[in-house]
Amino acid sequence: MSYTLTVNGRERRVESGDPDQPLLYVLRNALGFTGPKFGCGLGQCGACTVIADGAPIRSCQLPISATKGMKITTIEGLGTAEKPHPVQAAFIAEAAAQCGYCTNGMVMTSAALIAQNPKPSLDEIKQALAGNLCRCGTHDRVLRAVLRATGGQKK
Amino acid sequence: MTSTGIGAAVRRKEDHRFITGKGRYTDDINRSGQVQAYFLRSPHAHAKIKSIDTQEAMRKPGVIAVFTGDDIAADKVGGLICGWMIHSKDGTPMKAGPHPALAQGKVRYVGDHVAVVIAETLGEAKDAAEAIRVDYEVLPAEVDTSTAQRQGAGVIHDVAPDNTVYRWHLGDKAKTDAAFAAAKHVTKIDLTNNRLVPNPMEPRAAIGEYDTGDGVFTLYTTSQNPHVARLVLSAFIGIAPEHKLRVIAPDVGGGFGSKIFIYAEETVCVWAAKKVGRPVKWTSDRTEAFLSDAHGRDHVTHAELATDENGKITALRAKTIANLGGYLSTFSSSVPTYLYAPLLSGQYDIANIYCEVDGVYTNTTPVDAYRGAGRPEATFVVERLVEAAARELGQDPAKFRRKNYVKSFPHQTPVIMTYDAGDYSASLAKAMEIADYANIGKRKRESAKNGKLRGIGFSSYIEACGIAPSQAVGSLGAGVGLWESAEVRVNPVGTIEVLTGSHSHGQGHETTFAQLVSERLGVPIENVAIVHGDTDKVQFGMGTYGSRSGAVGMTAIYKALDKVIDKGKKVAAYVLEASAGDIEFKDGKFSVKGTDKTADFGAIALQAYIAHKFSGQELEPGLKEGAFYDPTNFTFPAGVHICEVEVDPGTGITRIDRWTAVDDFGVVINPMIVEGQVHGGIAQGVGQALLEGARYSAEGQLVTASYMDYAMPRADDLPSFHVGMTVTPCPSNPLGVKGCGEAGAIAAPAAVINAITDAVGHEHVSMPATAETVWKACQRAPQKLAAQ
Repeated sequence: MSYTLTVNGRERRVESGDPDQPLLYVLRNALGFTGPKFGCGLGQCGACTVIADGAPIRSCQLPISATKGMKITTIEGLGTAEKPHPVQAAFIAEAAAQCGYCTNGMVMTSAALIAQNPKPSLDEIKQALAGNLCRCGTHDRVLRAVLRATGGQKK
Repeated sequence: MTSTGIGAAVRRKEDHRFITGKGRYTDDINRSGQVQAYFLRSPHAHAKIKSIDTQEAMRKPGVIAVFTGDDIAADKVGGLICGWMIHSKDGTPMKAGPHPALAQGKVRYVGDHVAVVIAETLGEAKDAAEAIRVDYEVLPAEVDTSTAQRQGAGVIHDVAPDNTVYRWHLGDKAKTDAAFAAAKHVTKIDLTNNRLVPNPMEPRAAIGEYDTGDGVFTLYTTSQNPHVARLVLSAFIGIAPEHKLRVIAPDVGGGFGSKIFIYAEETVCVWAAKKVGRPVKWTSDRTEAFLSDAHGRDHVTHAELATDENGKITALRAKTIANLGGYLSTFSSSVPTYLYAPLLSGQYDIANIYCEVDGVYTNTTPVDAYRGAGRPEATFVVERLVEAAARELGQDPAKFRRKNYVKSFPHQTPVIMTYDAGDYSASLAKAMEIADYANIGKRKRESAKNGKLRGIGFSSYIEACGIAPSQAVGSLGAGVGLWESAEVRVNPVGTIEVLTGSHSHGQGHETTFAQLVSERLGVPIENVAIVHGDTDKVQFGMGTYGSRSGAVGMTAIYKALDKVIDKGKKVAAYVLEASAGDIEFKDGKFSVKGTDKTADFGAIALQAYIAHKFSGQELEPGLKEGAFYDPTNFTFPAGVHICEVEVDPGTGITRIDRWTAVDDFGVVINPMIVEGQVHGGIAQGVGQALLEGARYSAEGQLVTASYMDYAMPRADDLPSFHVGMTVTPCPSNPLGVKGCGEAGAIAAPAAVINAITDAVGHEHVSMPATAETVWKACQRAPQKLAAQ
């Protein structure tokens, strides 16, 4: 069965024998977007987050058959090293990444948040990132980075 | 200090790829013709395997092969090893049972590897695994640390009929007992150090590959130490000689110790790649990670502290039972022995220390090093005891600590270690100031007005890092030396590649190591590339753990840079027409002493390669130097963390109100990165203290095997951290660095529990101090009010 979806501004057609195949594997294996990461496969850690039609979603939980007509942005389509998204630039400025594995989810969830709510409070940022696990313990820096990206400051 | 040199808060070079999704982790790699491996794991904690029937599974669609322990044995693939020999106090060697990569006749924990299915797709491999028929004879399971040695317990390994790996001890028992007999006061405490699941966000993964053309195996793996993996897979497991086995550990998404070890899965993948003639890939799912990544901690301890009439500590003794799980993992034997008991002196001048440790087998996941490895367990014992003693003696816990601190250096403890430098009172004073300790009484009264209980807890930790002098660890049973190697390759245009045996999996080596090169050679940091994680590129290395990459790995680079500068001076002498003894090197320029003749580092590099100014008989062309550095001592980072909590006695919920960390890491290369490491360590330590605990059912089922059942700290669980530093340079390495990666995880648990026990007024609070635990603690009458 073939499916058409828009990834990072380009229409892509993919073949999949399984309509329940999670989008994460389609992105990583069929389309070569390895920015979204496999962390738990159960929607419990946030490492696989992509932005679909403006909302942060767990790509490990979204079946390919449900993506028809969706506009999907992966971290590869958010910004580049030369022209980073404000959240990406702030992550560098605040040294908010350590091992880099949860970073995809942290960046994508934060980018989706500030697209909806350009001036979130610290509590709103914590709320938005409550489902994103990081074992390196970068939480404090991530919060600082999101505030920086929105022109705020953390005490 | 230059803007990119030592001490500068340089932003991390590696982040440019991480924040754009261009990191390259093992699971991001796919090889042509690759097939998928899926491991059938034991559903039983303890069982005999009477038979395995793979016939039906072999006939399933997409299946290429099914292997069991018999196939591993037929190919004479060696078992997994434990590389640190511990002798019991009676002199007998530890009882290491066999640890085959696929079970042979018996399974010893839920998740133990029974068979592997290799198929075209993962789905096909999983489907086929369901068709494997295993006939088990289920045996009683032993899961509890404190009862595994009891009479009548089920025997897990024949070699250890009482489930005891070793009965080890350290220190002078007679002298210590005598000091206790003479003590004015003895403080006693019983502690459980809860079992933790490391949970790096990147699950373990491996791709094994075999090239029939030249007979070379390649293994991509999530390793903190690819050369050690190659050594073990070659010399002990017998996959292939080292020159026929390449191990690549690309970007690794966190390790925290759990990716030091050589596991069954990568062993099977690389072995099976030749059997099936195609690359074999395995990626752990999260449940497998909970079941099969080596766990951490799991100690049960009784400890006592003796004090004299002046409140001076005179002796400490401890008896610990350490759960090592169903098999001995790669370094598991060393963690509750030589990484633990030598730290029981803490920051204190204690004349007499004696510690006994029994390592026990249970039907649980193997336990090995996890962030801090032994040192968090030691710190928890020492700092809980010291806090309790101060309270019993009615003394202020800060004053009691200060009185007992080691104050002159070097200081020889009674348990091996020679502390080389430190100023513990300075860290304490600074931490008390930042934490506003002077006004804690006022804040407690404010909380009380609101019906809350406020408590404050200290943790004066010390750790032994920079692991480690090879001869010293050899004499203690280590199977390897723990030096590090580096190679500095200067290109003809003056750009530089540094090859290091350290491995970065979150520590920021690509930045800090480049800062060292930028500072010493006076070159822009953009011109420096750090290369690591590939045994074909880096000659050898011992890897990253035990906060060793700065103190040992960077010192190796430092030594190689010395040689590059010396060689550069020889080249410069020809170019500048002076004698080599008159050449100076500073800020990236070679110059002739007392003249204005100079040449840039890049110009001299070019001259070294074109070799027109000197004859090859007088001086070798080129500019590339290497060094192996073996440290002369451990390093001793130390500091004071102060945790202040507010407990709601109605719900038992503990809120961390403020956290102060003042650490002495010696010279700091990059304060931004160091502070991030401190944050991360505290987060893991707070996780242990408040949230995390691996639990087994009586039958040996891990009931906390997902993120729904095992709570890791999230953004909302952690306070902002107030981080300060004091600096006493480390005298044993030229950089003066001590290491920072484990400090927070070592310091934090005792600080949290000391704060909660202060709040509730008695010592009976166990980890994890969940709301339920703390609520129950609130129902118990306070022993006495904590000293104010």
